[in-house]
Formats: sequence, C-alpha cells, structure tokens
Amino acid sequence: MEVPDPNTSAAGIVLAALVAFPAASGGALLVAGRRADRFAGFVSVAVAVAACGLAAVVATGRPVLSLPFMAAVDGGSLSLAVDGISAVLVVMVTVVTLAVVVFAAADLPADAARARFFGYILVFLAAMLLTVTASTVPALLIGWEVMGAMSYALIGYFWHVRGKISAGTTAFVTTRTADLGMYVAAGAVLAGAGTLDLSGLAALSGGWADVAAAGLFIAALGKSAQLPFSAWLSAAMEGPSPVSALLHSATMVAAGGYLLIRTMPVLESTGWAIHAAAWFGVITALVLGAIACAHPDLKQALAASTAAQLGFVVLAAGVGASAGGIDHLVGHAGVKAGLFVAVGAWLTALGATRAAGLRGAGRRYPAMGAAAAAGCLVLGGIPPLGLWATKDEILAATHGPALLTAGLAASALAAVYAGRILATVLGGRAPAHELDAEEHGTRRVPAVATAVAAILALASAGMGALALPPVAHSVKELLGATGEPAPSLSSMIVTGGIATVLFVSTVVWRRTVMRLADTPLSEWLGLPRLLSARPVLAAARFAAHADDHVLDRAVWGVAFGARRLAAMVARSDDGGIDRAVWAVASGARRSAGVAARSDDEGIDRAVLSIAAGVRRLGRAARRPQTGLLHQYFILAASGLAVLLALLVVVG
Amino acid sequence: MYLTVVIMLPLLVAVLLLALPRLPERAAMGIWVATTAAEVALVGWMWWRFAAEPSGSYGTEFGYEAKVSWIPTVEAGYHVGVDGISLPLLAMTAVLFLVCAVWSLAERRRPRTYAALFLFLQTACMGAFAALDLILFFVFFDLTLVGMYFVIAGWGHGDRRRSALKFFIYTFVGSLALLVGFIGLFLGGDERTFDMVSLTAEPPLRDSPVAAGLVLLAIGLGLAIKTPTFPFHTWLPDAHTDAPAPGSAILAGVLLKLGTYGFVRIAMPMLPDAWQRWAAVVVVVGVVSAIWGALVAFAQQDAKRMVAYTSVNHMGYVLLALGAAGLAGQADAEARGVATVGAVVQMVSHGLLTGALFLLMGVLWARGGTYAFGRWGGLAGPAPVFAACFGVAAFGSLGLPGLSGFIGEFQIFAGSLQAAPVAVVIAATGIVITAGLFLTAIRRLLTGDTVAPTPAKSWGLNDMGAREVAAVAPLLALSLLIGVAPRVLLDVIEPAATTLAALIGG
Repeated sequence: MEVPDPNTSAAGIVLAALVAFPAASGGALLVAGRRADRFAGFVSVAVAVAACGLAAVVATGRPVLSLPFMAAVDGGSLSLAVDGISAVLVVMVTVVTLAVVVFAAADLPADAARARFFGYILVFLAAMLLTVTASTVPALLIGWEVMGAMSYALIGYFWHVRGKISAGTTAFVTTRTADLGMYVAAGAVLAGAGTLDLSGLAALSGGWADVAAAGLFIAALGKSAQLPFSAWLSAAMEGPSPVSALLHSATMVAAGGYLLIRTMPVLESTGWAIHAAAWFGVITALVLGAIACAHPDLKQALAASTAAQLGFVVLAAGVGASAGGIDHLVGHAGVKAGLFVAVGAWLTALGATRAAGLRGAGRRYPAMGAAAAAGCLVLGGIPPLGLWATKDEILAATHGPALLTAGLAASALAAVYAGRILATVLGGRAPAHELDAEEHGTRRVPAVATAVAAILALASAGMGALALPPVAHSVKELLGATGEPAPSLSSMIVTGGIATVLFVSTVVWRRTVMRLADTPLSEWLGLPRLLSARPVLAAARFAAHADDHVLDRAVWGVAFGARRLAAMVARSDDGGIDRAVWAVASGARRSAGVAARSDDEGIDRAVLSIAAGVRRLGRAARRPQTGLLHQYFILAASGLAVLLALLVVVG
Repeated sequence: MYLTVVIMLPLLVAVLLLALPRLPERAAMGIWVATTAAEVALVGWMWWRFAAEPSGSYGTEFGYEAKVSWIPTVEAGYHVGVDGISLPLLAMTAVLFLVCAVWSLAERRRPRTYAALFLFLQTACMGAFAALDLILFFVFFDLTLVGMYFVIAGWGHGDRRRSALKFFIYTFVGSLALLVGFIGLFLGGDERTFDMVSLTAEPPLRDSPVAAGLVLLAIGLGLAIKTPTFPFHTWLPDAHTDAPAPGSAILAGVLLKLGTYGFVRIAMPMLPDAWQRWAAVVVVVGVVSAIWGALVAFAQQDAKRMVAYTSVNHMGYVLLALGAAGLAGQADAEARGVATVGAVVQMVSHGLLTGALFLLMGVLWARGGTYAFGRWGGLAGPAPVFAACFGVAAFGSLGLPGLSGFIGEFQIFAGSLQAAPVAVVIAATGIVITAGLFLTAIRRLLTGDTVAPTPAKSWGLNDMGAREVAAVAPLLALSLLIGVAPRVLLDVIEPAATTLAALIGG
C-alpha cells in the first residue's frame, strides 16, 4: 500500500462512513419505531443523497480500509477496498437506492409503519455497500447475510397480511441454504491459503480450490435466483413494490452475479466451475425467460425476467466477460427498477398487478406509460439502447455453438417478454371490474413516481453508448478488463435485428403470446415445489418422535434396570456378601486367634465392627426399594464422601 | 482474595437473607439485585484489568489466583484463578444472574428464599468456572445441580417435581462419571494431585493410552450429559419446560456451559493425547447433536421446548469445533485455533441469546400460562416490543451477522473445515434448519391474526413492562456489541484458545 495508514486517511474515513452512516441511521429509525414515522421518509432520502455523495468520493478516491474484527488469522479483519468494479457498483447501488427511496416515500401509505420500512431499507443499503466493497470473507459474509435478513423483513413488511411472512421465510431460507456455500468457501480458503482475504482465493489449488469454487458458485446461484433456486424470487414479489424494485431486481439479487465476476480466477482455476457458471446462467436465462413470456402477473413476469437477465451476468462470469457482466448488471438494475416503479405505482393507483387489470394502464397515465414503454424497449434489447449493447459484449465472449445458440435464444426471449409487457400496458383499457383485485387503488400516480421511473429507464437506455468502441474501451479500462473481446458490428446488427423483429412481432401478435398464460409456465414450471420444506419437516417429526419415544424411554429403561439391579444387589448383599463378610470376619478372628492369643483384640474388634456396619448398610440399602429414587442419591452421595475420605487416608 | 470475594459474595448475602427472617420481602429482592449488580461491576473490573494484558499461555498462568490447602494429602485445595477462557464465562454468568434478579422482582412465591437460592446458585456457578482444582470444580459442579433442582421443584410449573427429579438424577449420574474420571486423573499422574494447573503442566497417563482413553470416556460421559449432547439430552426439554423463566435462563445459559467448559478446561489440556486420538468421535457426536437438536426443535409444538432443543444444536457446534481442534493430523494449528476460539465465543453467545429467549418465553407464560404455538398468534400488533426483542434474539440465535452467534459459528465452521470437511458441511446444514425453525416461530407467534389464550385477553394492555425489558435488553445489547465489535471479547479469548489448540497438537 502506498498510503501509510489507510484507516486514518480521509478517503478511508469516507469509505467507513459510506457503510456505517446508512447502517446507523437505519438502526436509529428502527429503534425509534412509530415515533419516527412522520419524518422517516425525509430522513432516508437525505441519507441516500449523502450516500450518493460519499459513493462518488469513494469511487474516485479508491480507498482501502481495514478494521480488526474476527479471527487471529490473516484476513480475519473487516476490510473494504474499492477497485473499478466496486467503484461502479457503489455508485449504481446508491443512485438506485435514492431513486427507489424517493418513490417509496410517495408510494407508501401515510399511516404505514414508515420508520420500520425505511429503517430496513437503510440497513439493507449499508449491507449491499459492504458486499460490493468487501475484500475479506467476514466482511463479504456479513453484508451478504444481512441483505438476506433485510429482504426477509421487507417481504414480510405487511406482516399482518396472511402469506407475506411465509413468502419472506421461503426467500430467506432458500438463499440461506445457498449461503452455506459461502461458509464452506470461507473454510476452504482458510484451509488452503491460510487466510480469509478474498485475494487468497486466487492462490488456492487442488481440492480446496474445487471446494471454494463450488461453495461460492452455490451461494451466487441462490442469491441471484438462478436455477434451481429461482422460485424464491417469485415468493419475494409478495413484498411492497419499492422492495421489489430495489432488492429483488436491481441490487441484492444482482450480488450473486457480482460475486462470480469478482471470483472468476478461482472459478477458472478449477476448470469445471467456469463452464458450470456459463451453462447455469444461460439455462436460467432460457427457462426463466420463457416463464417471463407467459406469466399473467406482471410483477411475477418481471421477477422471472430478472432471474433471466441475471442469467446473462452469470454467463458473463462463465465466459470471462467481466466488463460485459458488470455493464449488463448495471444496465439491468436501472431498467428493472424503473419498470418495478411503474408497475408499483400502478398497483397503488389501480389495485392490480395482473395483466388483466393493468391492461391499458399506460393509456390511463400516459407519462408513466411512456416511461414504461422506454423501459420495455431497453429490456427487450432493442438497439441502440442499453441492454442491447451490454448483452452483445457478453455474447461476444461466448464461444461454442451450443452455448452461443442458447445465449441468442435467451436474448430472443427477452424481446418477446418485453414486447408482451409493452403490449399489455399500452393495450386497450382494462374493464373496471378487473381493477382493485389486489388492493383498493387510489387512482393517482404521483408525478415523482413517474419522474423516478423515467429517469431510471432513460439512464439505462443511455448505456447504449457502450456500443461505441471508444466508450466501451474506456469502461473496460475503468473495470480493469481491457483484454476482453468486443462485439463485432455484424454480430451487433444480427442481435439487434432479431430483437427488434421479435419485439415487434410480439406486439403485433400479442394475443398468441398471451395464450402462453395457460401453460405450466405461469406456475413457474413447478419450480416452487423444489423449495418445499416438507422433507425437512418430515425428518424433523421423525426425529422428534424418536427423541420422545426411543431415546428418552431408553434412558428411563436403563434407570429402571439399574434400580432392579440395585434391588438384586441389596438382596445378594443380605444373602451373599453379608455372609461372606461375616465369614471373612470370623475367619480373621480365627486366624487372629491362631496367630496371636491376646494382642490383637483391637483388630478383631475393628473387623467385627466393620462387618456389623456392612450388615447395617445392607439393610439400609434395601430400603430404597420403596421407590423413593432420591434416597438412592443420598446414598450415592454419602458413598462418595466415604470414597473421598478413603482417598485422603490412603494418600 | 479479590476472586474469592467475587465467588463468595453471593453466598454470603444468601446466608444473610436466610438469617434475617424479619427482613421485608421487597428489601430482600432489592439486596439480591444490588448484589448481582455488584458482581457485574466486580467482574467488569477484572475484565478491565485482564484485557490490558491477556495471558498468552494456556492452563498454567492465571490471573487473580488464590490457593489454600484443603486436603493436603491428595493435594486438593481451594485453588481459583481466571484466564481468557474462564473470564468471559464468569462475565456472562454475572450478567445473566443480574438480569434474572431484575426479572424476578415480581416473584411473589417465597421471594426471600428464591433470592437466597439464586445467590447460592451464583456462587456455585462462578466457583465452578474459576476452580483450578478438580475436587473444587466437582463440588461447585454438584452444588449447581442441587440449586437448580430446588429452583425447578420449588418455583416451576407443570409437572415440575418429576422434571426436577429427572434433571437431578440424570446430571447426578453424569457427575458421578465425572468423579470417576477425576480420580483416574489423580491416580494416573506422577504427582498424585487434583490441582488442575499441575495436571495441565504435566498431563497424566501419557504413556498408557488405554487408561487415558477410559478416563476420557468417564469425563466425556459426565460432561456430555451436562452439555448435553446426543443421546444424553432428553432431560433438557422437560427441565426447561417446567422451570421458571430465570431458572431456564440460568440452566441453559450457565449450567450447560459447565459441560463444554469442562471439555476445554479439563478433558482437552489434561488428556491431550487421548483427546487427539478420540477427536473424531467428538466431531461425530457434535455433528449428530447439531443436526438432531435442530430437527427435533423444528418439530416442536411448544415454543419453550423448541428453544430448549436449539441448545442441543448450538452445543453440538461447540463439540464439533473442539473435536476438530483435536484432529491435529488433519489441520494446522492456525485453523484449529480459529475453531477453538469460535467454540468459546459460541458458549458466551449462546448464554446471552438463549437467556434472552427463555426470558421472552417467560413473558408468554406470565400472560397466558402456556407456551403452545397454537395458543398464540399475531403478537406483533399488541406487543411490538416483545416482537422486536424476540425477532432480534431469534435472528441472533440463527446466526445472523451483526449479532454474537455469527461470530461463534463462522469461526467454528471456517476453522473446522480443514480438519473435518464432511462433518462441517453436514453440520452447517443445521444453520438452515435453525433459520427455518426460528422464522416459523416468528410467523406463528408474532404474525397473522392476534390469538391469545383465555387468561391473556387483556394482552393489548400488556406488552413487555419496564422490568422485563430491563432484563432482556442488556442481553440483546451485549449480543449486538459482540456481533459488531467482537474484538472486545476476542482479545481476551484468542491468546488462551489458540494456545490450547496448539497444545493439543504439541
């Protein structure tokens, strides 16, 4: 490090503040509770603005920070570092958070527990910023898991409504199952490289590299809702719209893709993990893309499309297109957050999220309609807009006919589902009876919501500039990925052409496409069944039964056996041992008498008294057969005392 | 002398309380709270002084040492002292007894006797953690059983006498096994001593693996019952369900730690070769306990039984780490050190969090006389403070970063993986089951329509009161402190724990 003490440098303090300030403000809002409801929205907008400022400083200053934290090993500290990728992501995360917080302040009902909502959002922001700047495993894991917990709390925000908390539970338990991978990866890097620093991953080799790669890969698949974990994202749509916009499209779910790009070296070193990433990503893009084409609920369709789009980011990690992956992640964050804001605003206004109710919503509220239309064009990969350019960067690095064909097919599906959403919201107005299916609509879309949706959509549309080689090159320089392939003009024309044709065709033949809603695709192909807790519950019931009826009873059986044994001993004591002792005693007396006539009266008397004592004990030992168990223990305790005394004497 | 005061002060006050029958009950409770607060202050001062220069050796150098000969012929004596492993446990014990005293201010059944009994129990617990002599440890260890027996039998509910008796019989049998093991250690040493420091400095039975294994078996059996591990845990849910809330908090928070502490203080350093040889068994017992405890907890229909079973799960992780620390052939000292540190942190963390959870179960009992999941629901509405406290304690217990459980569990898993990779992967699934069971408990108790058993119709007026909050909040605050700034704790634990791990391999 050139900086002598990074912790005390101004930039280091800014980096610490970037994470600590939202965390502390969020914590304060949560502790204050309902007393803070009135100004919670204002506070969190102010905090988000400040975070944007801090993020800008951090992105240019590139500080590092290391605070002593956990294990007494290298990398046990809580260390943050900002490189090119982190710089891009902290800015993206804070800006999208600001946009969504502004929307939420307008969208949440005035009488809601706003302090709790914004408190969770700000803690989430801190966790997300920690995740994208972490340079040690403990720091990463803290951010990673706290994000999951906030996701749970926010999905279940309206806890009194049946099903919300269950949905949050499904989401949390699923992602946590995948998070086990990160715990295992932590152990592997410690075992293989003797450090918990993320840079240690690159130094791994052999079996530990395989273990670490597998762990990180599973953790990333879970967080980014890739197959086979995808269905938790469907459950997550139970959360309020701002939560879907921020956590479940733009930021938290993107963390899996980010993690894979960040850890590409260890994936590469195993040989298999990199191919696995490519294939899991592209298959998710295909399957979830198909679901997005079919689902009659627009929030669900957007969720499926989120998983599908993140499939491209995972694919990017698998084909070594780190710049393309990050670009796509950022572009997708903007457009998807914007679309969720639009759908969320309409849900508040019209009380519906299903296509039947949202039909023509864009005509009722034309400004929001325009913003949503722009978002759909970007999402569909229409040239010259953002996702077209970023996706091509990924496809340019994709080799092998099978993988490339799958990638192209997946991007074609994106055009179809984006076209369908556009056709829905700009179609004929839904009849009044389809409205208010979910909740009672306000029939009002706040101007601020429209502005937020428009800005987000336009920002990601503007990322189409990445199609220009000089722009793409400078971004690659920023991300430290200068050697990665760039798409050729011809391939960009082909992908853009396919997307445009399919998009337009979908809008024209929308009725045909909408018939897909009658297929199993609208049930997420049964993927939610993969997340059923039933097998675990069955195992739990079995274990509980065994615990009560086998283990416990066995112990009592042993206890009663011991009691019977004690009774037997007591009997034999009387019969056998007592007599034996007497025999010994009298034998001793006889021998004493034989050996010496007069001197050993003392010994004789001692032996006799011991014998008498034993006889008395034998009688006493029978008494517990009355069933008073605790007498046993008084006996046992006095036995111990005798034993101790004996030890003292012997010693 | 200082440490002796810390240990004996509660007993002294207990005797005073019993000797002054005309003392008003309220005054007795006030004295109890004041005594436990003084204990926290005294231990806090010890911590302050100790943290300035923590001892880097294990088992041979102690702070606040005091030694008085008692039974010179067997070299058994009153020998106490603290190091980086016992001090955090002493501190946790002092805090738990303080919050239990605060909690019990509303106790109406024979409060003076109750206070005296808890003070007696506190001396026994503190003494056991500070003891540096096997006989002294054993005496304190058994006195805790006596104290807890009377707490459950006298102030419990439900089938309390049966549960208390089961608890007593079971753990007493365990302590007998322990005594046999101690005598084995005594007879096996060249010096013939019960002094822990001497036995650690020159471990007995180094040349006779069979005898050492048998002694370890006896000690391990005794401690496994106390901890408790699978399959010796069935006394635990009954004892907890029928114990009063502070009794459960002490039983799970402090008494269980006597078992795990015994492994760290006695079994590992005094029988290092045997521990190394049998470490794989310890790992397996730990893994089975962790998974079994989590699964059985998941299936419970009674919230307090559920919390009780999670102790089996959490103590399973401790055993996993201690076993892994013994697998010196498979892992380097660094990783095993991390695992050992994690085990000790987990003990402290579990004490705080499970203490809080059991007190929160007491909130339910005080209002409805039942812990059944089916009888409660939607409490987040009428009782937001209870909901918030239960939420924090639950997430802490399921190992969310930012709270103390994570600091323990992360180090246990990360540190043990090298020594026992398969075991760690299996055990780690326990944190998913724990997550599922606590979130299910949150869903059942806190969300949905408000449901309360008949006596609690007035729950709307009855969120946690100031007394209850004052008892639970410090535990959660400490858990948060350890989660966010773990160095406070780790600076004290790490030197001793890493030395212990190195000792096993050496």
